[in-house]
Amino acid sequence: MADITAPAYRIIPIVPALKPGSMAGKGPYVASEKINEAIGFPGQLVDDWHDRAIGKMGELLSKYRSLKVYMDSCVHCGACSDKCHYFIGTQDPKNMPVARQDLMRSVYRRYFTLPGKVFPKLVGARDLTREVLDEWHNYFYQCSECRRCSVFCPYGIDTAEVTMAAREILDTVGYGQKYSNEIIGKVHKIGNNLGLPPNALVDTLEGLEEDVKEATGIDVRFPIDVHGAEVLLITPSADFFAEPHIDSLIGYAKVFHATGTSWTLSSMSSEAGNFGMFIGNYDQLRAIAMRIRQAALELGVKRIVVGECGHAWRVAYSFWNTLIGVGDGADANDKFAQMLQKQLDHRYKQPMHICEFTWDMIEDERLSFDKSLNDKHIITFHDSCNVARGSRMGDFAGGQFDIPRNIIHAVANNFVEMDPRTTREQTFCCGGGGGLLTDDLLDLRVKGALPRMEVLQQVADEYGVNFMACICAICKAQFSKIMPIYGFDRRMIGGVHQLVSNAIILGETK
Amino acid sequence: MLNIFFALLFYLATLVFALGLLYRINSYARVPAPLKIPTTPAPTTRGGVMLRMTREVVFFESLFKANLWIWALGWLFHTSLLLVILRHLRYFTEPVWGWVAFIQPFGMYAGITMLLGLCGLSARRFFVERIRYISTPSDHLMLFLLIGIAATGLIMSFITKTDLILVKEFFQGLMHFSIGSLPAEWMIILHLFLVSTLLMIFPISKLLHAPGVFFSPSRNQVDNSREQRHLSTWAANLEADK
Repeated sequence: MADITAPAYRIIPIVPALKPGSMAGKGPYVASEKINEAIGFPGQLVDDWHDRAIGKMGELLSKYRSLKVYMDSCVHCGACSDKCHYFIGTQDPKNMPVARQDLMRSVYRRYFTLPGKVFPKLVGARDLTREVLDEWHNYFYQCSECRRCSVFCPYGIDTAEVTMAAREILDTVGYGQKYSNEIIGKVHKIGNNLGLPPNALVDTLEGLEEDVKEATGIDVRFPIDVHGAEVLLITPSADFFAEPHIDSLIGYAKVFHATGTSWTLSSMSSEAGNFGMFIGNYDQLRAIAMRIRQAALELGVKRIVVGECGHAWRVAYSFWNTLIGVGDGADANDKFAQMLQKQLDHRYKQPMHICEFTWDMIEDERLSFDKSLNDKHIITFHDSCNVARGSRMGDFAGGQFDIPRNIIHAVANNFVEMDPRTTREQTFCCGGGGGLLTDDLLDLRVKGALPRMEVLQQVADEYGVNFMACICAICKAQFSKIMPIYGFDRRMIGGVHQLVSNAIILGETK
Repeated sequence: MLNIFFALLFYLATLVFALGLLYRINSYARVPAPLKIPTTPAPTTRGGVMLRMTREVVFFESLFKANLWIWALGWLFHTSLLLVILRHLRYFTEPVWGWVAFIQPFGMYAGITMLLGLCGLSARRFFVERIRYISTPSDHLMLFLLIGIAATGLIMSFITKTDLILVKEFFQGLMHFSIGSLPAEWMIILHLFLVSTLLMIFPISKLLHAPGVFFSPSRNQVDNSREQRHLSTWAANLEADK
């Protein structure tokens, strides 16, 4: 992988020229037989893949209104064509959102529409051949499901929905992706994406308690499997040992400590991430989320709080109520959801993001900070895509942008924004989301980070920005890997709660 | 002969258009949306969603954010088309409604702006590399069809005058199942033929974006997933097993 270099910055905001085929054959590793079978998919490409794939597409078209409407509605206007970070970084036209959708739409037209059956050439319809299937595997795993294109589409067509459907079809015929399917296997077997067994987790947390005691002199606890705790914290497993993630975990623990909140982690359910969403498989999405329901019921917690993780927060905020009943407003006869909703304390939002938790405590003046402890940082904030465009925080639309920034303002003195065309709802994905955070896709990841790196460079040059805060485990892992390739220090990326951790005053709370 | 052909053609076109569209709308309405997927920030109330949808349909809000050129050309075309269609109501009503009479002059000039918008959109398909790449033959033909309709209409309005009284009588007749006679002029024949073609391909083409936008879950869902449990029938059935 030594030959991977960063693409040159564009003179903003030019649209890159097309380089057809530049990312052909650069897709991900195919899942092995063992990996696929462990999670109930055919081990390898089945003989009747053509018929099964078309059958599955028909099934998805009858189960997902999004797919059905999005297949019909596109007019090829081109509004999305220059919006994808992978297109900008790779210049491969098949990475334009509309062209990516058309990989599937062309097949949809051939098999499910009259004009496509009668005049395929006229409407750009094509048979599902092995070449087309390979193209799907290649390009639908060059989409991070970040939804940036859906912001700009006049019909709200969300390529993520199409990508998820395509991946679901690929898995159905035994042609899935190694990285995502392997991780899903781990979460079922061990309880988290990284395969960290419960005893190792307990050891890690004990070690953390010692570290924090050494650094601060205060006994900040990292409790696990505590029955009757008020808060169950569900956080991405990277928080338990990866850098810089762990610094945010320490931040959450300090916030809980300083506010006197009783909380716990769960060794059975030690993962916020849900790769079931990435592969578009509802059963997996639901089964993975069910571990959280089970942990909440077993531990008898009153609240569920979610750590810094982008797609996990989308799943938690937007889908948990549907999948596992974590939320409010279930029908009185809805026993499945009521069972859990009766247990939860509805004076608080369910689920709640750790940033909502911390910001509420700051507003209640239950936390105090020495902002000067963050003075070494000139900070900017990278909105993580799935938080920005697939979720919310607080009581008003856009709270997911304001609350993390409010926290940063409360704990630090130096903050500047990046180019507004690249933040808030128009933010760019880090380049590693949606099941692409794997070394076999490193070239794609480096190229996909280009638009973010360009504007980071601007604020670094202009204001001396030396810290980019975010609230996503994938963003943190992706940036600490690719920033050195762009000439930045890998420690420039970190969590919002890392900044909270730096500045929080323990033992002096009111 | 020509009159009978056009009478049947228009009955057929209207039928295909109406039934086809109803069938499509019904199919969109029947497919469930199992998960909450509004593109956020999204409205947190039903009223807010209606406002968002109105802004989307009337002003093309998302397209405005995306690309000013496409927005300007697209919005010019669509609003002009609306005016032109409303103006054409005069051929189906007797007496002509007051407001239809009022917009008549605007509708006439809207024909010109409609043509300009269409030519601009078509030019993009030839000259912008990205758009050329994604354009299929049907994308071009659809624009040519609309350009043909606008051009023949404009020629009749401003250059060769057609006997509009006869045309109006023909359509009024159709509405009462009697077949009158059309002026035997090429322009009107061509104009009417292209319009009926457009009506018939509407339900089987990308023109479905018109009803589609109202069913787009990323735009029409309320952002209230924590407050209200959202459950589709097939997803609820998974729980029945438990």
